Amino acid sequence: MSTVPLNEIGQEFVRNKIGLVGIGILATLFIISAMAALTIPLETLKTWNNPESWLEFPKTALPAWINLFLSEKIPEHKILTNSEDSLQSTEELTIFSQQFSVVYEFDDFPNDFIYEFTAKYSGSPLLQISVIRPDGMTVELLSRSLPYLESAVHHERVFSTDNAVKKNLILQSEKFGFLLNDISAEQIVFSESSVQKVLNGKYVFLIRLVGTSSENEIVESSLILGGKVFGFVGTDELRRDLSVGLLWGTPLALFIGIAVAIGSVVMGLLYGVYAGFIGKKTDETMMRFNDVIYALPALPFLIILAVTISNSIFVMIGFLMIFGWVGVAKVSRSMALQIKTRQYVEASKIMGQRSSKIILKHILPQLLPYAFASVAISVPAAITTEAGLSFLGLGDPSFPTWGQILHDASTHGAAARGLWWWVIPPGLMIAVTGLAFVFIGNALDTIVNPRLKR
Amino acid sequence: MFGVLMATLLLTIALVGSNMDVILKQGVAFQVRSEITQNAAIAGSFVNADEFEKFVQEQIDQRSKALGLDSPWYSPQRIGLTMYKILILDFGRATFLTSDSGSSDVKDILLEKIPKTVLLFTTATIIISIIGIFLGALASSKINSKIDRVTSTFAVVSSSFPVWWIGMIMIFVFAFVYHLFPARATPSVLPSDPGYIAALLYHMTLPLITIVLIGFGSWAYLVRNFMIGILQEDFVIAKKTIGINQKKIIYGHALKNAAPPIVTILALSLSGSLGGAIITEAVFDWPGMGRLYFEAISVMDLPVIIGATYVLTVFFLASIFVADLLYGYFDPRVKTS
Repeated sequence: MSTVPLNEIGQEFVRNKIGLVGIGILATLFIISAMAALTIPLETLKTWNNPESWLEFPKTALPAWINLFLSEKIPEHKILTNSEDSLQSTEELTIFSQQFSVVYEFDDFPNDFIYEFTAKYSGSPLLQISVIRPDGMTVELLSRSLPYLESAVHHERVFSTDNAVKKNLILQSEKFGFLLNDISAEQIVFSESSVQKVLNGKYVFLIRLVGTSSENEIVESSLILGGKVFGFVGTDELRRDLSVGLLWGTPLALFIGIAVAIGSVVMGLLYGVYAGFIGKKTDETMMRFNDVIYALPALPFLIILAVTISNSIFVMIGFLMIFGWVGVAKVSRSMALQIKTRQYVEASKIMGQRSSKIILKHILPQLLPYAFASVAISVPAAITTEAGLSFLGLGDPSFPTWGQILHDASTHGAAARGLWWWVIPPGLMIAVTGLAFVFIGNALDTIVNPRLKR
Repeated sequence: MFGVLMATLLLTIALVGSNMDVILKQGVAFQVRSEITQNAAIAGSFVNADEFEKFVQEQIDQRSKALGLDSPWYSPQRIGLTMYKILILDFGRATFLTSDSGSSDVKDILLEKIPKTVLLFTTATIIISIIGIFLGALASSKINSKIDRVTSTFAVVSSSFPVWWIGMIMIFVFAFVYHLFPARATPSVLPSDPGYIAALLYHMTLPLITIVLIGFGSWAYLVRNFMIGILQEDFVIAKKTIGINQKKIIYGHALKNAAPPIVTILALSLSGSLGGAIITEAVFDWPGMGRLYFEAISVMDLPVIIGATYVLTVFFLASIFVADLLYGYFDPRVKTS
C-alpha cells in the first residue's frame, strides 16, 4: 500500500470510468433525496405507520405504468380533489353544487367510488349525488338529508356500497338493458346502458347540497375512484403509497451509510495509528482488544443490542460503528508502523515534538487516501446491515427505511403472493446505492493500491 | 483465545442479564400466585386482601431467594455460576423455546438445529468455494479476457445485493411464477416419516441456490486476486519459459502457492456458516441456528442465547486455530519465523 498525493488521486479518478459511474449514481441518489425532502412533507413521514392516513389509497395496487404493457387497461386509482364549485341562491333555497369530471378509459370496472366531504351547514340540508355519463344519461345516486346541526362541521364518507345508492339505482332500472339486482353500484354506473360492459368517456359527478341557510358550504371534498393500479410504484397491503417510502428511504439510507462509514473509519484510523505509533505494550494490549471485538459475532450482537437497548436510528448508527472500525484499525496500524520508521518522523521525534502532533501532522495525512477508499467501501455494508436489521423488524419504527418496507412485504408474504412491486424496488434501491459506493471505492482502491491495476 | 471466549460470554450476559432478571422474577411471581390461588385451603384462610397480598409477597421473596434471584445478575456468584455451568456444557433449560421433540433442554435444542444448519450452509459454503476457486483460477489465467471481466463484474454486483432480498426474489420467481419449489423451507412432513429426508432436501434447494448464487462471485474474485499476485512471481515466469503448460502451472503450482490465504478464508467461512445466516433463514423459514438465535433474542430466552453464542464462538475460535495450523502446513516459511 503506497501513499499517493490527494490532487493526483483526483486526476486519476476522473480517468476511471467505473468511479465516474459511481459518482453519477450517487449524484442521482442525492437529487432523489433532495426531491423527497422538498416534495413530500415531513408529516407523511410521521404518518407512515398510521393506517388512518392511508385510507384513501387502494390496497396492493400495481404501479400505474404497468398499463403501458397491457392490452386490457387496468383501472387506475384516482383521487379527485379539484372540483368546480358554485353557489345558487333563491329566496328560500341555497344550492351549493360541486362537479368532479373524470375521463374514464380503462377495460375494467373500478373497484368502488367514495365521496368524502366535510361540510359546514345549519339545519338539515339535502345531499344529492348524481352522475352524467358519456352517453348523456344522468343517473341519480343518492338523495339524503344530513343530520341536523346548528352551524357546525360534518364529516362523512359516502361509499358506493351504500344501500341507499343501490336502491336508487334499482329505481332507475328502466334505463338499463340488463338486470341490476346482483351487480354492484360501480358496475352499473360505469356500464353501457344496453349490455353490462365498461363505457369509456367523460363522467361528471354532480354533488348538490340543498339547504335553507345561505351559509351552507362544502369545505373540503374529494372523490375517490377505486382502482387496481396507482402511482409510480403502487401501494402495499396497508394501502401505503410505496413511492413515499422509497423516496424517503433514500436520504435515510445515505445518512446511515455515510455516517457509519465515516464514524468507524475515523475511529479505526485514530485507534490504529495511535497503537502503531506508540508501539510496545500499548500496541499489544490495544491489538488484543481489537482481536476480541473482531471475534464477536456482529449480527447476533447487533440484534441483542437493538432488542435490549434501543432501536432508534441514531443509537443503531452507533452500534454499527462499534463493529465497523476493527478492520480499519488493523490496516492503519500496520501502515503507521511503516511510516513511523521514515526519517522525517524520526527527525520530528528527536526535535521533541509531541506525539499527538506527529500523529496528526505527519502520519494521518499519509493515510487519507486509504481512509477515503475505506469509507466508500464500508458504506454498502453499513446500509445492508441496517436494512437487514430493519428486515428482521428491529428498525426504527418512526422512519420508513427500505429494509422496513421489505420487512412488511415479507410479513405479508409478498414474494410468495407475487406482489413484485412491493419486493423488487426497495431491494434494487439498496443494491444500487451499494453499487455506487462499491464503484467509487474500487476506483479509489486501484489508485491507492497500484498492484491491483493489472 | 480462551479470553476471547470468556469476553464474548460476559458481554452477552451483560447485555441480556437485566432483562432476564425481570422476566425470571415475573415468572416466579406468577407461579407463586397461581399456586396459592389454586389451593383453596390456603386461599380461604385469609381474613382480608391485604393479609393475602402480604403472604404472597413473602412467598415470592422466599422463592426468588432460593433461586438466587435476590442478588442482581452482575453479582460475582451468579456470573461465576453461569460461566462455570457453561464451561461444563450445562446450558440449563430454555425459558420459552423447545426443540421439535418437545424438550426444553438447551443442549437438545442446539443438537437439533446444528445439523440442519450444517446441511444447508456448510454444503453451500463448500459448493461456493469449489466454484469460486476454479472460476478464480480460470479468470486469473486469462486476465482481461471475457471470463475475467464477467467474473469481476459479477463479484462486485452480487456482493452489493443483500442475500435475503435475492431470496425473496427467488421465492417470487420459483415459488410464485413457476411453482417449482415451495416458498417455506420447513418441510411439512414429520421427522419420523420415511420421506422426511427427501422432503428436507427438496425444501433446501431454493435457499441453497440463492446462497451459492450470491456467494461464489466474491470467492472467485478473491481467488483471482491472490492468483494474479502469484502469477507475477519469478518462479511462475521461469516455469513458463521452460515450457511447462499453462494449465499445469495454474492448477499445479500457482494454486498450491495461493492455498494458505484461501484455506484460512475457507476455514473461517466454514465455521461462520455454522451460525447460519439469521436473515437468510428468516426469509426461507429454515429451521436452523440462525432462526433459533433470532427467536431466542426476540423472546429473550437467555439460556438459549448464551448456549448458541457459546457454541458459535467456540467453533469460530477453533477454526482460527485450525486455519493457523493449515497455514503452517501449506507455507512452511511461517514455521521458522
